Amino acid sequence: MSVSLLNGSGCLDALTAPGVAAQLDAFVTKTITPEPREGNPPVRIVETEAGMLNSIGLQGPGIDAFLTETLPRLAAQHLRVWVSVGGFSSSDYAGICERLEERDDVDVVELNLSCPNVDEAPESAAEIVAACRERTKARLYAKLSPANSDIAESARAVVAAGADGLTLVNTLRGMALDPATLKPRLARAFGGYSGPALKPVALACVLACARAVDVPIVGLGGVQSGQDALELIAAGASVVSLGTILFTDPAAPGRIRDELKCEATARGYGDPLEVRGVANG
Amino acid sequence: MTGSGPVAGATAEVVEVTGTGPIGPYTLLRVAAGGIEPGIPGQFFMLHPPGHVLPRPMSLCRVDGGELCFLIDAIGPGTRTLCALKAGERLHVLGPLGNGFDLDVPHPLIVGGGIGIAPFPYVAQVLGGGPAILGFRSAHHAEAAALLPGAEVALDPVLVTSLLPAEPMDVLACGPEPMLEAVRARAPQAQLAWEAPMACGYGACYGCVVEVDGRLQRLCVAGPVLRAA
Ligand SMILES: Cc1cc2nc3c(=O)[nH]c(=O)nc-3n(C[C@H](O)[C@H](O)[C@H](O)COP(=O)(O)OP(=O)(O)OC[C@H]3O[C@@H](n4cnc5c(N)ncnc54)[C@H](O)[C@@H]3O)c2cc1C
Ligand SMILES: Cc1cc2nc3c(=O)[nH]c(=O)nc-3n(C[C@H](O)[C@H](O)[C@H](O)COP(=O)(O)O)c2cc1C
Ligand code: FES
Repeated sequence: MSVSLLNGSGCLDALTAPGVAAQLDAFVTKTITPEPREGNPPVRIVETEAGMLNSIGLQGPGIDAFLTETLPRLAAQHLRVWVSVGGFSSSDYAGICERLEERDDVDVVELNLSCPNVDEAPESAAEIVAACRERTKARLYAKLSPANSDIAESARAVVAAGADGLTLVNTLRGMALDPATLKPRLARAFGGYSGPALKPVALACVLACARAVDVPIVGLGGVQSGQDALELIAAGASVVSLGTILFTDPAAPGRIRDELKCEATARGYGDPLEVRGVANG
Repeated sequence: MTGSGPVAGATAEVVEVTGTGPIGPYTLLRVAAGGIEPGIPGQFFMLHPPGHVLPRPMSLCRVDGGELCFLIDAIGPGTRTLCALKAGERLHVLGPLGNGFDLDVPHPLIVGGGIGIAPFPYVAQVLGGGPAILGFRSAHHAEAAALLPGAEVALDPVLVTSLLPAEPMDVLACGPEPMLEAVRARAPQAQLAWEAPMACGYGACYGCVVEVDGRLQRLCVAGPVLRAA
């Protein structure tokens, strides 16, 4: 057993880049919503000093076309598929979970409880998880926002509500201004901040949650190298996901897997997973 | 399709910068091609400015022996970093990406505006010449027309569209959006190379969408060259 590497939801399309997805241990879909969504108007992405902002706005086919068109094509690529689920109320999330329940080609359902680019459901994360738990036996991971003031408390609540694992973290809300006009560069002004700047935030969230609950944690946020991945594992992650780095380096999964092994070996560990929790001492 | 690596048809490689030089207000960046294929004119490459989070999309301007040349307008932090590269420095390049021009047309006519002339020297290399109309903001900018010997040049306020011939031609156009819209109105059969901010260049981020056939589509996958009508 070694560390699994996944992609962050929304950071890879396995249908247009099958060769990138093939390097991963499982493919995480872009967040699926009940209805098709056109997403936000462009400009949707901007680079900042130590990261990037995105305001994609959950562009996607909706659950019907996902089940009839996307999922069979992903299955034909022999990928282990994690489906990221989003919505605007707990019944949206639960409804999609119920639709996915009939499918045996879905490995994990990841509940995106934290997209900064769309309006949030009025219910708490735990209420959404509980509503989904009633409708599915699938493994449920809760993806939480790093903007949460007490993420350990959220982690306890979603696990008590039936989450089998956590994905930490989603993006932070941010904004960039055009230096000349001082107007927002993104059409929607706000976007989700990802990339290197997020790494310390992700490390803190993973450690806080690893202390609070005993479930598997997918760590992501700013991972660029095997060293970054090893640090997330030391903080308590057992799976690591790659987001923004895939945009610059589509060969990152293979590279980071190799680097991770070397970094662990250099510190006297036989397997990177032996590092899990070392930071929590 | 050729290419090696995880993105179909493209190669990802760290290559050596062989030099840079000014052409009018622009910079011609030359890199050793290594194992990277030049692709079809109008396709693009993602160049990763060292120290930046994201790569930048660039058209291939010209192929010189074992070198790939990019014509770059330094309009912001990423392009400024690319233009300041020195010979011997390393650059991560991914490409070729997207859909280029269909050059299998009877009467090709190059129409370029400003930095939008970037893909056309390579188009002319592949076509073995051909007529070209180029528009620039100033005489200084128009120095870049030297990359396309024999081209007809329009300087502001004269518009390139006013130089379009009356007889129908297979227009290949790249330039600022208003120019492309004007060309589209005049030549519905034209092939237009569009721009959009891109994070990945290979369909992963959904950042580069533009409206095509009434739907927001990823320009890096559907384009960057699109039919006018
Ligand atoms: C397929 C394709 C091919 C291209 N080929 C070339 C080329 O051969 N030579 C060249 O000089 N440039 C080319 N560009 C444009 C180039 O990629 C951008 O100028 C560059 O990414 C800007 O980065 P920056 O960090 O310098 O500026 P930024 O800080 O990103 O941008 C500065 C300003 O330009 C705007 N902007 C940024 N990117 C774009 C874009 N892609 N289109 C329109 N406006 C933008 C921003 O909104 C901002 O106002 C191409 C773009 C595409 C999509
Ligand atoms: C362009 C883009 C689109 C994203 N779309 C989604 C999404 O649909 N659902 C989701 O849960 N997270 C989404 N994310 C967040 C990532 O999955 C990840 O949590 C975040 O980017 C942090 O990781 P990174 O710093 O490695 O990119 C998106 C991120 C980016 C950059
Ligand atoms: S640039 Fe990422 S999808 Fe087109």
